Amino acid sequence: MSTVNLGMPRVRAEGNLFEETPFADYAREELKNTQLRANLAHATHSIRDKRLRVVSELPDWEQLRDAGSAVKESVMADLPALLEEFEANFTARGGVIHWARDADEANRIVTDLIREQGADEVVKVKSMATQEIGLNEHLAEQGISAFETDLAELIVQLGHDTPSHILVPAIHKNREEIRDIFLKEMGDVDPNLDSEPAHLAEAARKHLRAKFLSAKVAISGANFGIAETGTLAVVESEGNGRMCLTLPETLITVMGIEKLLPKASDLEAFMQLLPRSSTGERMNPYTSMWTGAAHDDGPQNVHLVLLDNGRTNALADVHGRSALHCIRCSACMNVCPVYERAGGHAYGSTYPGPIGAILSPLLTGVDKAENGTLPYASSLCGACYVACPVKINIPEILVHLRGEDVEARRKRSKRPTEMDLVMKGAEWAFSKGSHLGLAEKGLPLGRVAAGRDGKIKKLPGHLLGGWTQFRDVPAPPKRSFRDWWAKEHKDSSGPGPSGPDAAGQEGGQA
Amino acid sequence: MRIALFATCIVDAMYPDTAIATVKILERLGHQVIFPPGQACCGQMHMNSGYLEQAHTVVSNHVRAFEEQDWDVAVAPSGSCVASVKDQHPLVATRCGDDSLASRATAVGQRTYELSQLLTDVLGVTDAAAQLGSYFPHEVTYHPSCHGMRLLGLGTRQSDLLRSVEGLSYRELPDAESCCGFGGTFSMKVPDVSGAMLEDKARNIDSTGAELCTGGDASCLLHIGGGLSRLKLGARTVHLAEILASTREEPLVINHEKEATR
Repeated sequence: MSTVNLGMPRVRAEGNLFEETPFADYAREELKNTQLRANLAHATHSIRDKRLRVVSELPDWEQLRDAGSAVKESVMADLPALLEEFEANFTARGGVIHWARDADEANRIVTDLIREQGADEVVKVKSMATQEIGLNEHLAEQGISAFETDLAELIVQLGHDTPSHILVPAIHKNREEIRDIFLKEMGDVDPNLDSEPAHLAEAARKHLRAKFLSAKVAISGANFGIAETGTLAVVESEGNGRMCLTLPETLITVMGIEKLLPKASDLEAFMQLLPRSSTGERMNPYTSMWTGAAHDDGPQNVHLVLLDNGRTNALADVHGRSALHCIRCSACMNVCPVYERAGGHAYGSTYPGPIGAILSPLLTGVDKAENGTLPYASSLCGACYVACPVKINIPEILVHLRGEDVEARRKRSKRPTEMDLVMKGAEWAFSKGSHLGLAEKGLPLGRVAAGRDGKIKKLPGHLLGGWTQFRDVPAPPKRSFRDWWAKEHKDSSGPGPSGPDAAGQEGGQA
Repeated sequence: MRIALFATCIVDAMYPDTAIATVKILERLGHQVIFPPGQACCGQMHMNSGYLEQAHTVVSNHVRAFEEQDWDVAVAPSGSCVASVKDQHPLVATRCGDDSLASRATAVGQRTYELSQLLTDVLGVTDAAAQLGSYFPHEVTYHPSCHGMRLLGLGTRQSDLLRSVEGLSYRELPDAESCCGFGGTFSMKVPDVSGAMLEDKARNIDSTGAELCTGGDASCLLHIGGGLSRLKLGARTVHLAEILASTREEPLVINHEKEATR
């Protein structure tokens, strides 16, 4: 890895960041679920269209992206100093900072803080960081019940499921499936509940209201932390976040160390970039900001757990570190043709889609579990890069991580893989024009392999066989272009004769 | 103008007619075409599969092969390979610590164009029928390949040229900007997802009723054509260059029967 010394120890991540099954294998199974595919295609396409509409309204969208990218780059370049500045300001306003090296440490800190309040129930506002560290599972082991209050998170939690999308975690469920989950798992639900979206939302609202009013402790994530003021911000749509952030006496926030912005004025760009990129709205309904504890108003015990969990590891990777610019908008997954078909669970981690395919291996190291298969979960079509509000060049980082994976595999085993051999052979063929010319002498052999219909329908090996699983290969031409040129054309001094039949191919391709 | 043709490995080996068509178009405009014989491949297969060292070998060869010859501009009938030459070659060289190759690769890349880019931006071709004599009386739909569209920013250059071909009936492709699922070794490493993307692309092509799907990248067309054939859908693929090269006097023959027995 092209790494730099950050002057602090790098910690690799623990928690829900590991792909246990190779991506291709998981995706193969998910593809058989036609309901899932239909839900995903419908949901991603409608958010995609909405996003395009609201983005095209802004004439300075590209400049906003540049600004967002530049601010994030400056944060990464100056992270230690900004973290200390944030800590000083947050603490001065009555908040308490806790530093967590990894998932275990963060979970322990949060558990202890809940116990100090004598609570065995907490309400939660949707947070990627707490999903990443597996906080809910940890709290359950400790006898503490955590209630998700975001509608989609609630559906996922009641369904004993895991989220499949950052922004719309229940994107893989349709309304009938949601009604069935509510009827089965929501104790206080009306048994005649139908699948009307408004009725489903009302059922959730009633269920959650009781929790908001009784909970003594709330847990949140944060979208932004402003270093110059020590302010935290949560951006949401349903108002459940506002309830969590204001009603309970104790508020514990878990935030990744990369979420800082230097100045409050930086929000100008990010509050335009985030809602338009994520929900396709000009503005989100609820933005809550708090700076420490306010006397006699809102939570009086205000805590922030600053989480590393692999972020310094990612930051040390010169070619991958811009993945930390991510503001978790989910635009990349909504435009991704691979995500659209494989679904979020295929990525194994809290972070699905194109950003997950780079972020998870960067946080954990590409050699952990099956995370080395994630960088290959892309056709490199580039739609994610175009959509990303902070211009993370996801395709370039995917390619970089593929290189890391090839290196890591070489270190693990001296035995070359099928791909290694193919690449070695191709390196020889492509290292000189004369080599390729020689290899092309074998083209007539391919014509023999093709049947009478001129199509090759099955190729040997795992890799080439993967190709002919879904595609025919046309019979190769009688001779290569190079051969035709040398014999029939040569470098011209001007317009010269050249016939379409000269290379022995008539008509079009296929 | 003295124009160096970068045929690209896949066209050289599998679709010589696409390169021949490119030569014909350029010669018809009165330019001199040369074929640097040392050329082989742009190296993106190696780079995109994580084989950086091997990519370095292939990139070095490409730069050397084109430096050896004297030319004004280079052209390739492929958006993806041109994007690799322009963007990826300097990157590969830099990552391998080969700064001199990086600057040489940049120099070659700056003068390398995708075919529609060269025709439109450099050679001023805006009306294929009038300026190239292009004639192709067929129903055609068009797939804008990802790298041409997103990395080179080709915009409507290819489709504008197509629409200006005499006799051509242009059919809009639904969800045209979605990737066909090729992605180089992606199609072999994650074949099921790639196959699902391909099937959607093939069915969209079929829904247009066009007899042909064209595009600017032979590799995507190889992939799409392979899917159309496997799904037994009627449409076939043909490279944009071959449509532009087709004239009344020398029309491109689309003969399904002939194809089967060639």
